[in-house]
Amino acid sequence: MGVFGSKENIPNAPDSLFLPAPKPRCYELLVQQAARRLNVTCVPARLSILTRPLNERPACHYCGQCNRGCKTNSNFSATNVLIAPALKTGRLNLITHAMAREVTLDRTGRASGVTYIDTTDGSEHHVAARVIVVAASACETSRLLLNSKSSLFPNGLANGSGTVGKYLTDTTGTDVAGFLPKMIDPVPHNHDGVGGMHVYMPWWLDNKKLDFPRGYHIEGWGGTGMPEFGFMGGIQNYPGGGGYGKQLKADYRRYYGAYVGFSGRGEMIPNENSYCEIDPKLVDRWGIPVLRFHWKFTDHEYLQVKHMQETFRALIAEMGGVSHSQMPSREDGYGIAAGGVIIHELGGARMGSDPKSSVVNANCQTHEVKNLFVADGAPFTSQADKNPTWTIMALSWRTSEYIANQMKARAL
Amino acid sequence: MKRREAVGAIAAAALTAAFKWTPAEAAKAAGLAREALKAPYAPAFFTPHEWDTVRVLADLVIPKDERSGSATDAGVPEFMDFMMNDRPDGQVEMRGGLSWLDAQCRERSGKTFLDSTDAERTGLLDDIAWPKKAKPELSQGVAFFNFFRDLTASGFYSSKIGIADLDYRGNEFVREWTGCPPDALQKLGVHYED
Repeated sequence: MGVFGSKENIPNAPDSLFLPAPKPRCYELLVQQAARRLNVTCVPARLSILTRPLNERPACHYCGQCNRGCKTNSNFSATNVLIAPALKTGRLNLITHAMAREVTLDRTGRASGVTYIDTTDGSEHHVAARVIVVAASACETSRLLLNSKSSLFPNGLANGSGTVGKYLTDTTGTDVAGFLPKMIDPVPHNHDGVGGMHVYMPWWLDNKKLDFPRGYHIEGWGGTGMPEFGFMGGIQNYPGGGGYGKQLKADYRRYYGAYVGFSGRGEMIPNENSYCEIDPKLVDRWGIPVLRFHWKFTDHEYLQVKHMQETFRALIAEMGGVSHSQMPSREDGYGIAAGGVIIHELGGARMGSDPKSSVVNANCQTHEVKNLFVADGAPFTSQADKNPTWTIMALSWRTSEYIANQMKARAL
Repeated sequence: MKRREAVGAIAAAALTAAFKWTPAEAAKAAGLAREALKAPYAPAFFTPHEWDTVRVLADLVIPKDERSGSATDAGVPEFMDFMMNDRPDGQVEMRGGLSWLDAQCRERSGKTFLDSTDAERTGLLDDIAWPKKAKPELSQGVAFFNFFRDLTASGFYSSKIGIADLDYRGNEFVREWTGCPPDALQKLGVHYED
């Protein structure tokens, strides 16, 4: 995969074999200074973007456009980096435009295959398999299992515990941006770097002294990036106060990039009120019942996000900046992003040793159907303050090895 | 030839000239396409009156100056017309705001914004372009102008003219990221540790 970063010996952000991290951008050095003065840990970021060539993939060319999809595959994505070599083995048969409707069972209660719809013509097909791995993303995996009803599993496949779709989480998130007078009249230079931060702040505090459990990490942004839709929105909040004409044009030039922003990404503790279930009335265009969602944050999340807001405002002030926004109130949830907005859905088929309260075991194998596995974010029992993709991949790797060994031993 | 066909013809000319068309044919096609592009843009969202108003207003927000062209030079009205249909949630705000502008002008001089003199137009903008100084009874106009100014800036500064105006230096191949240059670091009072 290839991850850049640095060895830091931070217990909750374990080290790895890293590619060299890119140097901080100039404003990120300011961030680092302010963080140090406030005793906030600030270290090189860890992103799966190549800073050196790896496995026939070239190193990043620093166009800063990762979010558009990387044409050279220097920025990792499972689709572009993993599927191509798998296809080359000649042992992968990829069926695209296939919308899974149901996991089918044989008479003995083993999973026998998947019924799917060819979305190009609406026709229905079935693939048979010895082992079935569901990896449709947390919510869609829950949906597929809940929709796979039979006399053996009237509440949905592998759902004897009744916890399929339950304990759904998303990363907690909130942002604060600030105007930085120090950055007025920028020195023109190529500021792009990789398509993301070069430094970040992993969780650094001791919960014993806090009013919420677990933690969050901080991502920063700012400076003279590529002008795009939304460019310098709210110019009336800058010292010029708005206006129009030549004076306004001069203001855009002076204040271009003179800001920093911080985004918090934290752990949501799973709770019984945050879950998805099959909507009793609605189906999608293929006639497959869709999900409906229920969501409730608790004080764990609200107080954590309040702490984020206070920290970001302190960082901005420490840098000599001014935030344009007011500290959000308790009534506004301290500015917490609504569930689903950070798009880190996890849970819905949680892992556990007790089949009465969980869906899969430590190998992501469902307790009730031995040849059915889940290899996405659904088995997560909580929402650590790390972006989930790498952990999903690590778990999938372990599950894959387990399946291979079990098949060799004829146990599957 | 419609605008869309003309753009297609240019693309086709560029693509096929090298291997299929004779140079004379390619030149003729490119010439036709250039002609077609000169035809006035037909807005998909704005009415003719709105379109004329938007063109005047956008150039008041971002006029031509010593360094770069104006909002209409950069195609901002066309960009807005596209965005209104691409993100329809701004349609009422735009349409209603333009109507507010006309109503306000009529109240002041009995004329529409377009029929107003330059001094009358800027007189109105002076009253709504600085939110902190604006009178409370003009709050709807202030909100519209904030919205319109932001959209003008989005269109202008993401265009080639706007990007050159800002002297943005990125979006190009860099062999290895080696950090920001000394003058940029010095300005912020920071330095690399190693």
